[in-house]
Amino acid sequence: MSAINRQNTHIIPVDFQYHQPETVGEAVKLLEAHPDAKPIAGGTDLVPKMKQRLLEPGHLVNLKRIRELQGVEDRGGEVYIGAATKLRAVERSETVQRRLPLLYSCVRSIGSVQIRNMGTLGGNVCNASPAADGALGLVALDATVQVAGPGGTRTVKAGDFFAGPGKTVLGRGELVTGFTVPVPGPDVGTCFISVGRTALDISTISIAVALRMKGGAVQEARVALGSVAPTPLRLPEVENWLKGRELDEATVREAAGMVSGGIKPITDIRGTAEYRREAARGMAMEALTRAGGLEGRSQG
Amino acid sequence: MKVTMTVNGRARTFDVEPNRLLLNLLREDLDLTGAKYGCGMGECGACTVLLDGEPVMACMTLAVDCEGATIETVEGLSSGEALHPIQEAFIEEGAVQCGFCTPGFIMATKALLGESPEPTEPEIREYLKGNICRCTGYVNIVKAVQRAAEALR
Repeated sequence: MSAINRQNTHIIPVDFQYHQPETVGEAVKLLEAHPDAKPIAGGTDLVPKMKQRLLEPGHLVNLKRIRELQGVEDRGGEVYIGAATKLRAVERSETVQRRLPLLYSCVRSIGSVQIRNMGTLGGNVCNASPAADGALGLVALDATVQVAGPGGTRTVKAGDFFAGPGKTVLGRGELVTGFTVPVPGPDVGTCFISVGRTALDISTISIAVALRMKGGAVQEARVALGSVAPTPLRLPEVENWLKGRELDEATVREAAGMVSGGIKPITDIRGTAEYRREAARGMAMEALTRAGGLEGRSQG
Repeated sequence: MKVTMTVNGRARTFDVEPNRLLLNLLREDLDLTGAKYGCGMGECGACTVLLDGEPVMACMTLAVDCEGATIETVEGLSSGEALHPIQEAFIEEGAVQCGFCTPGFIMATKALLGESPEPTEPEIREYLKGNICRCTGYVNIVKAVQRAAEALR
């Protein structure tokens, strides 16, 4: 609290020019032309940073008036979500609720209603916080990030999009236009769990699991954790180890041990590295149990 | 920059700097001091107003981004001396102590009851978790929301 009170102000003590492009092309031109430009959508991360002078952009490029960046679209095998779609709109989308329950849970866990009415899925991802729950869901669902830039468009896997805390692979003039999320089949179980200090707090640690099952055996696994490394972290060693195995209590226990050993947590204001390793073990056990449909058996 | 928005039912045009925040515009230019500056970081909800019917944090909203928007503040709820049923309910249940958080809670409650006329207690607590009260301990606030829900049905 004292840190906030020391640095925070009523105003944004930074002067900037404000641009409101209506197409992705115009936005890219503006971002390319002004190296000190920042894109802004919900502003829930950017405005507090500007209030504290952690960022002092000379230009802000508002992305919310660009129609092609808005909305959720069911495309059959995949769902497309525009980058400037508000988190609350993602959460309210029947398509997301029905076809991407994992992403729904992740988005619901972000901030408050007010924050989700302002913030966008693209903003949650592009701020590149290792604690971003929306980003974690996209990584666990193996989503593809759609990027537009001066050189045209390109795609990046969500798992390859992050370069470190606050850093992405976006180059100068590039912006994220949307996300293509493959819809898990009916044989896929998913689970998201996050632990925070209080209801509104950023996750101290979070986990998202997707398991494709056949009979009682794992066909394919995706295990991703937040706040345990510089970026949202997938654990391919654990995923490969699970593949083909019967999912029973012993398997879950051993996999959870691998999760605990495979993460790279640090000690920060939200928790210690030791705490995160222990929490990860318990959370992985619960998430694997629930995603694998073992709940009835393990509790019985 | 010129920006036109509807505030509590009246169309208003302002000439603002791009870095002007909606909260300061409301409080300083329109004397609508119901919405409060609390944490300034989107954590306390004291600055909650409705933007196109949805609760947002006015302390993090750029005024220039409100072009064409409809803004509702707590001052727009009563008609003359007659309070809104949500305001009445907060008074009846003793959900107000120092009152600093109250306008934010009331506006968030208005949005909640618009979406969900019969919210359960967990729904109320979940919806209002972006609003912090340091006096009442929330019990009376939840009761007030339930009372308001009944009055509005």
